[in-house]
Amino acid sequence: MAHSEHHTENNSLASNIEKSVEVKAQKCYQCGKCSAGCPVADEMDFPPSMVMRLLQTETPENDEKILRSHSIWLCVTCEMCLSRCPMEIDIPSMMDFLRQKSRSEKKVNKKAKNIIAFHKSFLNSIRFTGRLYELGLILDYKRQSLNMTQDISLAPKMISRGKLHFIPTIIKGTAQIGRIFKKTSN
Amino acid sequence: MKFGIYPGCSLTGSARDYNESVFALAEAFGLEFTQVPDWNCCGATAAHNLNKELSLALPARILALAEKNGLEEIIVPCAACYSRLVVTRHELKKDPELKNRISEVIEMDYRGTSKILNVIEWIDKYITPKLDEKLVKPFNYKVACYYGCLLVRPNKVLGYDRAEDPQTMDIVMRKIGAETIDYPSKTECCGAGLSISRTDIVSKLSGKIIEDAEHRGADAIIVACPMCHSNLDMRRPDINKYWKTDFKIPVLFVTQAIGLAIGLSPEKVGLKRHFVEVKIS
Repeated sequence: MAHSEHHTENNSLASNIEKSVEVKAQKCYQCGKCSAGCPVADEMDFPPSMVMRLLQTETPENDEKILRSHSIWLCVTCEMCLSRCPMEIDIPSMMDFLRQKSRSEKKVNKKAKNIIAFHKSFLNSIRFTGRLYELGLILDYKRQSLNMTQDISLAPKMISRGKLHFIPTIIKGTAQIGRIFKKTSN
Repeated sequence: MKFGIYPGCSLTGSARDYNESVFALAEAFGLEFTQVPDWNCCGATAAHNLNKELSLALPARILALAEKNGLEEIIVPCAACYSRLVVTRHELKKDPELKNRISEVIEMDYRGTSKILNVIEWIDKYITPKLDEKLVKPFNYKVACYYGCLLVRPNKVLGYDRAEDPQTMDIVMRKIGAETIDYPSKTECCGAGLSISRTDIVSKLSGKIIEDAEHRGADAIIVACPMCHSNLDMRRPDINKYWKTDFKIPVLFVTQAIGLAIGLSPEKVGLKRHFVEVKIS
């Protein structure tokens, strides 16, 4: 608390996080439980406890490292870190904020290209029909990621089990869903 | 009594088996569902990763539709949808200004009055009391109940079961005759929404869970989430390739196991739609 008061003028990432999602990075005392429990920590360039430490330094260089990291996109929001944090720091909410900031500042890590392509395809699908259309999602993702051959053997097996539909369900409120997307576009 | 159901997108497609078993159970116990009319997708991981306001507006529309149609209670079988709906209700309750803004976005009144039940809560409330009299074929198998992430976390918001060693599904399974094993992967993550974009990570994480259950002698893994199911079942060829092994343990939805125990056929509860063959019946 005292720390952030000294920095009322600053525009560090930590103070932005505190203002937007009420998560105080300065509370972290580096116990490492988040990184120990994180299922994807070993894939990350900075495991969660290290993201917290970088934030605490409040330097432009370290803020930049976080926004350009692969870590923020690998986080699967399993909520394990928050569940185990002795200081109850809401790292998952913070990660959502960091992902959105990384995109709006055009600092997205290149390795996260496919993860983001998938999220965009997912939202595209519901934007136009109101519900997720799984076949449409897969095809749109292939178009965005250019991974044409991936999961090619999965589709026939899904079809034979009645798990993949050829026609999307379009809800009555599709126009309303379109307006929701429009009003919340950032 | 009539209560609402929000099936969510998976249950109409890749998790049809889950949907069939939920409806088969309801029918067997004389329970009637009303679907939330004209429901939309909850936005899932994609929405909260890319756009916070959208991630609240989409579930809020679902909840507002439920309220508008007098559905005081809605069952949400998908753990991911369940988590998004409960989190949205929590966020809008603690911030009235945000609630007003979201009401404006969805062009509907939102009060947050509908009660949200996950599948185990629904079973506990409506199935368990009449389970003994319907039990004809005890589920005499050793099982690993796998809760994954979103049925129990964020635990302070959901307020459901224990975060590290949940028991509710184990209790239900023991009621139908199963032996439940203790194992540490109960609430580890399967890789969730990275299934398509990072299949390697999902294969690694899901494989660890399967190995843990198989190694401890389980005959089946029991789940209550379509995402967990598709990662552990549909992704099995990828998992086996990644771990250079041949895991054969089947993955059943808790509703399928109960269905079998009350004498429903494997077809009726959707077992024929699985990728990993289920030799249990």
